[in-house]
Amino acid sequence: MFYSAEDYKEIIYDNYSNPRNKCLSKDKDYCTCEMKNPSCGDELIVQLKKHGDTIEDCRHNGRGCSICCASASIMSELVKGKSETEAKHLYDEFMSMVSGGDYDEELLDEAAAFKGVAQLPARIKCATLCWKGMHRLLDEPCGDEGESNGK
Amino acid sequence: MPANIYDDNLFRRDFPFFESENGGYVYFNSAATALKPRCVIDAVCAYYSSYSANVDRGVDSLGYKATEMYNAAREKTAAFIGASDSGTVIFTRGATSALNMVASSFGNMVVESGDEIVTSMAEHHSNFLPWQQLAAARGARLVFAPTDSLGRVTPQALGSVMTERTRIVALNHISNVYGAKNDIRALAAAAHEYGAYFVCDGAQGITHESAMVEENNVDFYAFSGHKIMGPTGIGVLYGKRELLEKMPPAEFGGEMVYTVDYENAAGTQFKDLPERHEAGTMPIAQVIGMGAAIDYLMSFGYDVIRRRVDFLRDYMISRLEAECPNIEIYNKGQRDSGIVTFNVRGVHSHDAASVFDNDGIIIRAGHHCSQTSHALLCVPTSLRASLYIYNTKSEIDRFIETAKKAEGFLDVLFS
Repeated sequence: MFYSAEDYKEIIYDNYSNPRNKCLSKDKDYCTCEMKNPSCGDELIVQLKKHGDTIEDCRHNGRGCSICCASASIMSELVKGKSETEAKHLYDEFMSMVSGGDYDEELLDEAAAFKGVAQLPARIKCATLCWKGMHRLLDEPCGDEGESNGK
Repeated sequence: MPANIYDDNLFRRDFPFFESENGGYVYFNSAATALKPRCVIDAVCAYYSSYSANVDRGVDSLGYKATEMYNAAREKTAAFIGASDSGTVIFTRGATSALNMVASSFGNMVVESGDEIVTSMAEHHSNFLPWQQLAAARGARLVFAPTDSLGRVTPQALGSVMTERTRIVALNHISNVYGAKNDIRALAAAAHEYGAYFVCDGAQGITHESAMVEENNVDFYAFSGHKIMGPTGIGVLYGKRELLEKMPPAEFGGEMVYTVDYENAAGTQFKDLPERHEAGTMPIAQVIGMGAAIDYLMSFGYDVIRRRVDFLRDYMISRLEAECPNIEIYNKGQRDSGIVTFNVRGVHSHDAASVFDNDGIIIRAGHHCSQTSHALLCVPTSLRASLYIYNTKSEIDRFIETAKKAEGFLDVLFS
């Protein structure tokens, strides 16, 4: 669905104040990725639990600015239940949006709240930190899959 | 006629930045790098456009002119920092490079396993990491001198951690987060009492205080040209002659050697100071530009700088205190520099910085290359406004209006 600017502002503020899925799992089925923005001190851990091609769960924890934290919260909700291909497509759309390119606002749903980041180039790295972590995990073997691949 | 330090136009016209397409910005980030006056830019351009020759090579007229200008800049620099011997002024890439040179060349020579190196939590990473690395490499212990509420190390505090094993004490002249001044003369004396060497990171100190290296009796003093309105890519390592002579060259190459013995390394003879520590073609334009910056700075002097910056900083602090209950200032008591470190209560520094940026106000956000200082402050990051002589009261007025509304940090995403 489409939102107004006020809605988007509220969505970011709400996800910043009451982050979703902000709790890491110790379950070995999760794969984990640690991300940092060294210039500003943002630190973020992203976790994915995959079942076959499907992302069953996405979690995060860390510290950073409103854009970094709210983006992680919104992304974690968005990619849950999606296939890896869909998640990669969302990643591409989000990256295109914050770089000022074309994007599918409806598909990005609440994540489109960050479209204004395209006008704040210094903040692109805040909004994309969680997405880069998620994207990296998509290509990594997770949980049982990882173990069996390792054997 | 004495300078009227309350006149906002006293220095303004000297800086082409304010006439450029970006001149509308409020530039409050001089602790990161200062703006450049026209005379510095002209000096750099003059070298590149009319006598762009290498120095100390050959016998041609252009090379002679470049060499003369280069050497004159060294003489100026020596006089500027109170060194009677210009051979003790080594040009480097900047303060970072100078401090690394002392740590890796001199430090590596004098620090042994079980020795101690004293620094503080209020240091910039460039005066912390080289010592941490040296300590790890030599099996030495890195010791932190206690700091007061403004990040300063008192001579007593330094004395409390000195031992017979302390070889090096490395502290700042002025902290880049707290902006407060250490009494380097007293600290050098406290270090010398235990036979340790005193290394001073002058990157921020040099902008507000004369280094007076000989009077202060420091063993090494490092600073960068760009913080005193000179070009980037040039800095200085001052060291006492006997120490610089003992210090092995960190780099080898052209122009630092007298005779090359191709059969025997021990037979190769390096030049005297300062050339032995300046291998290869140096940043000639930058050296000449820094010389111009020193001329500019000395044309009014440190007293005028301090009075002008005191006036601006006090005005900023008093307005912040009176009108901005949402702002928490971390270094309110300092009266030594133009550094004001703060946060907007409940707002991450990067969110707040975007609000300032959106209003055309350039400040620093993050940990300012000193994660240890922020550990002392017990905050992950902060904002830093740093003022210098060319800033104005009306710029501070703009800053205050933005500070008042910094809670609306999400508005910048939708403006």
